Amino acid sequence: MDKPEDLLLDIQHLHTAFRVGDDFYDAVDDVSLTLKRDEILAIVGESGSGKSTLATSIIGLHNPMNTKVTGDILYSDLNLVGLNEPIYNRLRGNDIGMIFQDPLAALNPLMRIGDQIAETLLYHTKMTKEERDKRVLELLGQVGIPNPERTFRQYPHELSGGMRQRVVIAIAIACKPPIIIADEPTTALDVTIQAQILDLLRQIQSETHSGIILITHDLGVVAETADRVAVMYAGQIVEKGSVKDVFEHPTHPYTRSLLRSMPQADSDDDELHVIQGVVPSLKNMQIEGCRFAERIPWIPDSAHEAKPTMHEVGPDHFVQCTCYKSFHFEDEPAPTAEQIAAAPDKPAVETAVGGAGVTDDSED
Amino acid sequence: MALIEIRNLKIHYPIRSGFWNRVTDHVLAVDGVNFDIEEGETYGLIGESGSGKSTIGKAIVGLEPVTSGQIIYKGKDITKAKNRKALQYNKDVQMIFQDSLSSLNPRKRIEDIIAEPIRNFQRLSATEERKRVQELLDIVGMPSDALYKYPHEFSGGQRQRIGVARAVATNPKLIVADEPVSALDLSVQAQVLNFMKRIQEQYNISYLFISHDLGVVKHMCRAMAIMHRGRFVEIGTREDIYTDPKHIYTKRLLAAIPEVKPGDRDAHVAHRKAIEKEFTEEENRYYDKNGRVYDLQRVSDTHQAALPELADGGEA
Repeated sequence: MDKPEDLLLDIQHLHTAFRVGDDFYDAVDDVSLTLKRDEILAIVGESGSGKSTLATSIIGLHNPMNTKVTGDILYSDLNLVGLNEPIYNRLRGNDIGMIFQDPLAALNPLMRIGDQIAETLLYHTKMTKEERDKRVLELLGQVGIPNPERTFRQYPHELSGGMRQRVVIAIAIACKPPIIIADEPTTALDVTIQAQILDLLRQIQSETHSGIILITHDLGVVAETADRVAVMYAGQIVEKGSVKDVFEHPTHPYTRSLLRSMPQADSDDDELHVIQGVVPSLKNMQIEGCRFAERIPWIPDSAHEAKPTMHEVGPDHFVQCTCYKSFHFEDEPAPTAEQIAAAPDKPAVETAVGGAGVTDDSED
Repeated sequence: MALIEIRNLKIHYPIRSGFWNRVTDHVLAVDGVNFDIEEGETYGLIGESGSGKSTIGKAIVGLEPVTSGQIIYKGKDITKAKNRKALQYNKDVQMIFQDSLSSLNPRKRIEDIIAEPIRNFQRLSATEERKRVQELLDIVGMPSDALYKYPHEFSGGQRQRIGVARAVATNPKLIVADEPVSALDLSVQAQVLNFMKRIQEQYNISYLFISHDLGVVKHMCRAMAIMHRGRFVEIGTREDIYTDPKHIYTKRLLAAIPEVKPGDRDAHVAHRKAIEKEFTEEENRYYDKNGRVYDLQRVSDTHQAALPELADGGEA
């Protein structure tokens, strides 16, 4: 069983609200998640689902004037929510590394690669110049750059997209942070380069035993890289569990619809499955009830919960709302009453680490 | 009969350098490609960034001057402006772009955006034109109040559908779709692809579907070509390419697509690593000493690959 010290991050009831006009709207709404050492946790969702907002909330990049973050993000004995900037700055880079989507925008065009990586070390460690340079060369080798000595003196524009992303990864892992957040690390890259970068992430994870949060919209990337996955829709987590459980037994209607709308080998000339309607915008998000309900109108209202809670449908596999029990695609027969009653459902006592039983996700 | 035939198309860009800024070398963006697009068919063009796939698309629409080679439409070479005009080629061939926001004029209303190609090629009265625009919006499933809105008021998927409506406005025979769905979310992508297929069936349109996403191309296209370094490494039907790839580059590209089956993950990764190893070891065998892709060799009636050995009768 997992030891409690394997728990890296414990996010409880996190809300991140943005100001629109005079009001605040929740972009991340009551998200509870844990990240353990030695795992890759994928957060998957479409644009506007709040997955990047969740990441930037963890690393504290929101402007406090226009954003309200409430809830808890527990990292060892610190609560990252409302942490003051000087302490946060000591964590960023040293304890939490971040990999951004666009490596060209993430790198300073006027700084040599070597100096950019050394900057993190300069800030967080007491290394001498020689030690730093040695470490930078080591890092460049570790992320698979063929000629570290040459790249050390180059500028970002001289490198290809894949090489730039490797440099960004080198910066993120420079201080051996226990937590790495990768926000769409491969979206801007070609498939062959994407495969290389994902291999690199896995390799780094097994070498450093860090916990990686991988944010992506690509279900293939999740299936191939992650250990656990959380599916987000409209600011909430609708399904979470091990990758095997979620992909082989997708349960929430949203997860099932998404997997069905992928162009897949087995369905050549058929029409692709389309999810009706659109992802609600921040201002139009319904507060009460199941947020996916309006996109599956053929499921009766009685199937949804008034206040959706998490239900455990298998070991460590959680699904929001009760609508998964009676959900069927429009071209499929509806499940019978017996089938609905027989659907797996356990009271939602969600455990933070393995069987340690820490929190209760239900509203009451 | 093929709708359009591309014969030995070459597009080279000059590299200028030195004191007199003379042309010292060329970038061979597209270097001798041949293919036909049949009527009512979707032809897939797959390649990574920098392979030259978009350059071919632009050349077919006429946005890119051709260095040499021919694009034959209705028996005439349309790389010559005179023939293009005589055949009304610019009316028959339209384009859908990747980035729907930057391809729609932000200062024009949807009505004017969609009506623009109609105004260029047809003489319609104001009421007829309005009727036609309404009809086009219906085809792509947009509400009619969209007429008076501006592009920024729509979501990405809706904008891409407006792009499709604009492309269909002149009743084209061929639409060049350059990465039409790569900026879209999964569920929206499905919607746009369905519309594209439906319109194809309704109006018997051919597509040249340019994409880097092998999953989407597999869904959309029956015939396709894989491009690398400005040349085709393999052409064939869907079955040829996906079940029996011959060229190492095609194999590598196929192996790099992530599988949605976490159960087979380790086997898939091992397969990819093996292909990757083969690629680094045998790269020289599949490209000549200048790194150029070999000429295509016939593998079967529908399948051709750029293999060096087959010319001497040997098998890879």
